[in-house]
Amino acid sequence: MNAGTGHRPRERNRAWGTSRDLAMGVRFAFAGGREGWFRAAMTAVGVGLGVALLLLTTAIPNALAVRHERDVARADYTYVFGHPLKAGEKTFVIADIDTPYRGDDIRGRMVQREGAKAPVPPGLTTYPAPGEMAVSPALKRLLDSPDGALLRARLPYRITATIAESGLTGSQELAYYAGSADLADHIHPPDVARIDHFGSPRSPDAESDPVLMLLVLVVFVVLLMPVAVFVAAAVRFGGERRDRRLAALRLVGADGRMVRRIAAGEAMAGALLGLVLGGGFFLIGRQLMGSVEAFGISVFPSYLNPSPALALLVAVLVPAAAVLVTMFTLRGVVIEPLGVVRTAKPARRRLWWRLLLPVAGLAALYPMVGQGRNGGGFNQYLVTGGVLLLLVGITALLPWVVERVVGRLGQGAVAWQLAVRRLQLSSGTAARMVNGIAVAVAGAIALQMVFAGVEADYTKPTGNDLDRAQMSVQVPNGVPVSKVARAMTATKGVRKVVSIADGEAGDRAEDPQRTATVSVGDCASLREIAALPSCHDGDAFVVKGSDSDSETTKLLTAGKKHGRTLYLDPAYSGDDDGPASRWTVPAKLKQAQSREDPTGYKRGGFLLTPGALPAGASTAVQGVVYLSIDSAVPDVHEYVINTAVRIDPLMLAGTLTARELNSKFASIRTGLLVGAAAVLALIGASLLVGQLEQLRERKKLLSVLVAFGTRRRTLSLSVLWQTAIPIGLGLLLAGVVGLALGSVLLKMVGSTVRVDWLGVLAMTGFGAAVVLAVTLLSLPPLLRLMRPDGLRTE
Amino acid sequence: MSIGHTLLGLLESGPRHGYDLKRAFDEKFGHDRPLHYGQVYSTMSRLLKNGLVEVDGIEAGGGPERKRYAITDAGITDVEHWLATPEKPAEYLQSTLYTKVVLALLTHRDAGDILDSQRSEHLRSMRILTDRKRHGDLADQLICDHALFHLEADLRWLELTAARLDKLRAVVAK
Amino acid sequence: MNAPAGSLLTAEGLRKAYGPTVALDGADFSIHPGEVVAVMGPSGSGKSTLLHCLAGIVPPDAGSIMYAGRELATMNDAERSALRRSEFGFVFQFGQLVPELTCVENVALPLRLNGTSRKEAERTALDWMGRLEVDDLAGKRPGEVSGGQGQRVAVARALVTGPRVLFADEPTGALDSLNGERVMELLTDAARSTNAAVVLVTHEARVAAYSDREIVVRDGKSRDMERAV
Repeated sequence: MNAGTGHRPRERNRAWGTSRDLAMGVRFAFAGGREGWFRAAMTAVGVGLGVALLLLTTAIPNALAVRHERDVARADYTYVFGHPLKAGEKTFVIADIDTPYRGDDIRGRMVQREGAKAPVPPGLTTYPAPGEMAVSPALKRLLDSPDGALLRARLPYRITATIAESGLTGSQELAYYAGSADLADHIHPPDVARIDHFGSPRSPDAESDPVLMLLVLVVFVVLLMPVAVFVAAAVRFGGERRDRRLAALRLVGADGRMVRRIAAGEAMAGALLGLVLGGGFFLIGRQLMGSVEAFGISVFPSYLNPSPALALLVAVLVPAAAVLVTMFTLRGVVIEPLGVVRTAKPARRRLWWRLLLPVAGLAALYPMVGQGRNGGGFNQYLVTGGVLLLLVGITALLPWVVERVVGRLGQGAVAWQLAVRRLQLSSGTAARMVNGIAVAVAGAIALQMVFAGVEADYTKPTGNDLDRAQMSVQVPNGVPVSKVARAMTATKGVRKVVSIADGEAGDRAEDPQRTATVSVGDCASLREIAALPSCHDGDAFVVKGSDSDSETTKLLTAGKKHGRTLYLDPAYSGDDDGPASRWTVPAKLKQAQSREDPTGYKRGGFLLTPGALPAGASTAVQGVVYLSIDSAVPDVHEYVINTAVRIDPLMLAGTLTARELNSKFASIRTGLLVGAAAVLALIGASLLVGQLEQLRERKKLLSVLVAFGTRRRTLSLSVLWQTAIPIGLGLLLAGVVGLALGSVLLKMVGSTVRVDWLGVLAMTGFGAAVVLAVTLLSLPPLLRLMRPDGLRTE
Repeated sequence: MSIGHTLLGLLESGPRHGYDLKRAFDEKFGHDRPLHYGQVYSTMSRLLKNGLVEVDGIEAGGGPERKRYAITDAGITDVEHWLATPEKPAEYLQSTLYTKVVLALLTHRDAGDILDSQRSEHLRSMRILTDRKRHGDLADQLICDHALFHLEADLRWLELTAARLDKLRAVVAK
Repeated sequence: MNAPAGSLLTAEGLRKAYGPTVALDGADFSIHPGEVVAVMGPSGSGKSTLLHCLAGIVPPDAGSIMYAGRELATMNDAERSALRRSEFGFVFQFGQLVPELTCVENVALPLRLNGTSRKEAERTALDWMGRLEVDDLAGKRPGEVSGGQGQRVAVARALVTGPRVLFADEPTGALDSLNGERVMELLTDAARSTNAAVVLVTHEARVAAYSDREIVVRDGKSRDMERAV
């Protein structure tokens, strides 16, 4: 090509030629006017988004670690071995008064410093004085906003300080420390306790559950796979145009190899620019992630630092992958001087090697079946490899499936015909577009299934009956239940109040041998825990039908010997409780049949109406109030909690739920949801770019069809079919592979295989929603392209 | 090509001596064949006889070449009619068409109209040839094609001239 | 100007601008059933825009277009689309066949847009392809046929609905003279046999010679040569 190079030694010549061709490719990547820039920008943005996501993902373990450290450092571990601490130089009293507010959880602590050397809570410089509090920035914003009015009533303390970053686990965390002067009088572990240090005594990396480890591994693979697919798709933006340009280069004398090198240079240019953009996106994303909160989790930007090794790996792998993908796409293409020849009808796609991938994946996972919780850990490499192979198998199988199915699709309306014929001609392109979504959905379905299956092990049914009561209030010692009940009845939105005070009756005043529950409440309330034959104030009942019945009967017979006297709230040696009150069991004990209370607990023992309780025994019982609320009243929960806190800041009012989720498990689940949403959105973006590119290429044809009087509806529908058919197939395949993967994973952890159809439906629905969104978003440009301007040649 | 119409057209921009007329003609249309004085003289006397020009004045010194001619109203009408009438399509038409275009530009008439009507005239012939070709045998077709391609060449030249009218106007106005 | 008696499609005072570019500046037009009218003029003169306006593809900024007693300029997009589907046919220079559909499917497309069943549509399509001597290409894709063949397929597609007006924008622009003439012969013969009017935009005299008369568009203004003389 260049006469001047003819004299150089062969080797040098070749090297020079290679770099020259690569450089030319780089130049081409940005040449070509607006069109060229647009394409290069799209590639770069695509790669950049992928890189940013990769970097963020690699930074997440670090972020979680920092979060965890912070959380451990501020832990107020109130369980103390041996004797309780006595007030001293280093002690302080701390009360856990976490409170929910409109669906957000607020970490609340009330503190009282006892000794001069008591450690200051992390993030604070000094203890807040009584009546004052230190708040996190997010809580301060909330309190200052109109939304925080109800919360302000609950936290009537003066804000005197801000909790620094070192005392928080996330930028959006709501937290406060309030000062108190009389906390020491209310010590009642574990809620209110005297301690002398912050931080958990346990080693932070407690042995991790192999099942949880497996889940975390799979989540990562499932989230990163689509990103890889996406980056591969992004590198191909503008492929057809590029092929034409390369053909023009062949016309002026470039040979096949040079053309390939130029193409590699182009891909690399896009990827490198993408890398730079990715760095930028990452920094922006990091900052953004610092200001948002997803599923109750927020982090500080400074947490999100990818480890240098991983970052370097990303920086090397992405451009390399870009070049490899380009080489791979050019594999079936012969670029001739007068155009691009796709090795016509590229020999029907073969099935066997495509099937090999998922089969190999299953083979890798299968030996680990049953190793679950009892059989020790899983081989991380086999797990990762197996899941990867299965998911990669989708990208290999999908083109085959699309080709076969589309080839058999019959005739239909014009829109359908246009779409099907188009797909028949380029089923590969269609399949490629959908690969990302299929992989993401398959992974998500599998995980969803595993989560649903494992959930039983990690979720404790609470037994709460939400029809009877939706909130409960634990009345602290020293607060009369009746006072709480009255206050609650007067609270806006409360429909019904059931108040029960539970205590213990023993056969001796000290160290009793036999004990039974004593529950005190008015007739209406008692009927909530037992079926009563009749009830008047002053009545007492003995309960039958409870699980802890045997003790009661024995206690009764034992009590007869001592003149029917029992002791309420008996003392135990070593306790510094007050003396027990004597209670003479009335001669006329009515029989009552136990029933479940709103939390599902069946009481045994004795039921007393207030009139039957001996005078002075009201402190011997601890009250709980169940509330039935009118959830149509806005903020009804907040009113109830505010009422409770007004009576006693330490009084906890909670919302009853049907299930209680293991919090570690919950965070993995939310991680999956956030990730799946992000990945699908990203893939949707790439689908849109591909769609728009294709539409632009067909601008003239569209105009001609419009001239013919083709309805806009027909063309729009055909665009929808064109996306919906491959995506439908992709989702179907994703469903099959996802269910297979899910079943294997469930077998591995030893849970029963149960298909969570709702989850499958939700995930495929998620994918379908992306299709719909993409179609809707490509409609305005389509309608614009359908304007007859496309017919103008001059 | 009609020398009479051309000289008349040249007179439209103002009275001229016979010698001036020859010089203007040679400069704009003569190219390789300059006009003889005799030709100018005889043409002018014919135009005088037909009342298309009149003698505007004679300069001292005598001699036919010292007469100054001016165009009459009848003369202007005659030029007008000549320009508006498309030429019968024939070979070597361009010198006439060129003269017409230049004269139209010189006399501030619409040269585009001349081209349009000439094209129309050409197309009329071409339609006849096309029709004959469609219904004739191969020999007819070949003969008609020959004529058609010639006519097409004329028309292409016309189109090109039309596209260059502005440039030509600038050159002619010099 | 009044619509000439018996005229099928008449336009007067058409004005159309694309941004600052004035494409039509008071153009007139009229055509009778069975008539072939060539629209000539230099490139950029507004020929194609005139065709687009006449065919109801773009609405003019001003002026009126009467087709069979109906005013096109005030119709909405759906009405004009319906008119194009049922009454008009189109042939363009290139890029008009849908590359994924076979030739017969391409020809059948306008019928199917009108709601004809697939079988019926493809039977009629094959019939028309026969008249344009391309019925042997029925199962081929546009990419597999030559330019001249493709253009004849396009003509078949334009005529398949039995349109009353056929709009042809440089229909031979991408063909050599032999193929171009063949296409013109078949096109005008087929149009005459159905008494369809043909609006033929071209800059080639030999193509225009297939017309009955011509209209010249220059600087957005039209000139009807027959009436001018």
